[in-house]
Amino acid sequence: MLSHIQTVNSKLTTANCIHMSGNMNLTLKVWRQPNNDTKGSFVNYPAQNISPDMSFLEMLDVVNEDLVKKGEDPIHFDHDCREGICGMCSLHINGRPHGPKQAITTCQLHMRSFKDDQTITIEPWRATAFPVIKDLAVDRSAFDRIQRAGGFISVNTGGVPDANAIAIPKPVADEAFNSATCIGCGACVAACKNASAMLFVSAKVSQMALLPQGQPERYKRVQAMVAQMDEEGFGSCTNTGACEAECPKEIKITNIARMNRDFFTAKFFKQEEA
Amino acid sequence: MSKLKNTFSSSLGKKLIMALTGLFLCTFLVVHLIGNLQLFKADGGKAFNDYAYFMTHFTPIKVVSYLLYTSIIVHALYALMLTLANRKARPVSYGAYAGSANSPWTSRNMGILGTVLLVFIVVHMSNFWYEYHWGKVPFVEYRTDLTTGQTTQTELAAADFKDYVKYIDNGVEITRAKDLYATTAFAFQTWWLVALYVLGMAALSFHLIHGFSSAFQTLGWDHKKYVPLIKMIGIWGFGVLIPLAFAAMPLYFFFCI
Repeated sequence: MLSHIQTVNSKLTTANCIHMSGNMNLTLKVWRQPNNDTKGSFVNYPAQNISPDMSFLEMLDVVNEDLVKKGEDPIHFDHDCREGICGMCSLHINGRPHGPKQAITTCQLHMRSFKDDQTITIEPWRATAFPVIKDLAVDRSAFDRIQRAGGFISVNTGGVPDANAIAIPKPVADEAFNSATCIGCGACVAACKNASAMLFVSAKVSQMALLPQGQPERYKRVQAMVAQMDEEGFGSCTNTGACEAECPKEIKITNIARMNRDFFTAKFFKQEEA
Repeated sequence: MSKLKNTFSSSLGKKLIMALTGLFLCTFLVVHLIGNLQLFKADGGKAFNDYAYFMTHFTPIKVVSYLLYTSIIVHALYALMLTLANRKARPVSYGAYAGSANSPWTSRNMGILGTVLLVFIVVHMSNFWYEYHWGKVPFVEYRTDLTTGQTTQTELAAADFKDYVKYIDNGVEITRAKDLYATTAFAFQTWWLVALYVLGMAALSFHLIHGFSSAFQTLGWDHKKYVPLIKMIGIWGFGVLIPLAFAAMPLYFFFCI
């Protein structure tokens, strides 16, 4: 028995050794751009001794520490909560938003998803409506303006209403909740070959169109939000489904169909104007 | 009126026009295919030539045909407008873009496929539609003995009638018509024209595998029960069966006649 435990221990130690020496050396091909008015270009950086357990953003932190030590300008990128709920991190990694894995944000992407000696191309979200602030950080305030155009419910505040005072069938509540999980990261725009924001806008339209509280402004809202979406310079939808495949929260394109339905209903059958 | 203008100038309104014209063109394909199946009838082209005359001279069909030409032009123009706007939405393209990881090839190449189809339509209409109306289509006379049902046919050098006549003389039904069947049979002896038609039908197949169900998504028709049905009709009906049947026609004339 004792010998067995020893064997296990020695195996663990060996495993640890492999692990320590299993750190990766990578080449990063990073988009550097001082601001939106200046043309950008790719610059190669080595990322050495990277643990496979690091998140992608931690790996960039390591590279940036080196750059700062050398007195160079660190790579600018967006991040905040680092637990996949704020929607702040972005990055187009090897041709895909939030990297090669599905249903996660970049902060939830680990370096074990890459191979030793691999070259990783890192780019910002590319869209007219998302101007580059610096390097990999883009200005996503277009999404805020779309929300401000109609992504809300006007109610008077007051006492807390009774629970279940308004009956909502469970499947409808679930569907609304699924739509509401959109974190507004912009991966849908980044993935879309037309840089269309339809998945984001449709999720925001849907979460309220599905619920009783959203009904009074339903047809005004959809017109206002679509108008703002067009004004921001996003492209139009060609139903490729790329947004749905890349969305870290797995928002479905059924939302887009719902938004289209509400938009055409509003335009052809309702009196409400945006 | 301003509300309508505002609707069709929005990105969703333009998509609506794409979807409606696209679906209208799909319904036309079905009618066109059923009509063209007369080509396979071994009657010296009588049924096909009758059909060709009917399609070009029956007023309701003529009205729909102008609607059809308009739809083709509008569909292509709006596609161009939307594509240019979409390019503007991403002026700097990605250094690395793994489109195949998240979307089907057909959905990302509708513009290229549509352009091939537009070229095909122009060639196709100049081959047959233009020829039938203003070109040099030969004339043919069919004599059907009404008692025995036997039909004989003779080529006519010049027409002493306008487009089409049909009458019964001494128990023999005489039909004189423009012989579009002969024109078709002659055209499809050229190998490169056959190749072009087959290529056109391949483009049609890939265009509709995405296009048909995509139109319903744009219209907002999304239903757990019906979407799989729409997808099935889009892929197997419009993506496989219809283009295959159309492609069989030039191949039939090239190899079997």
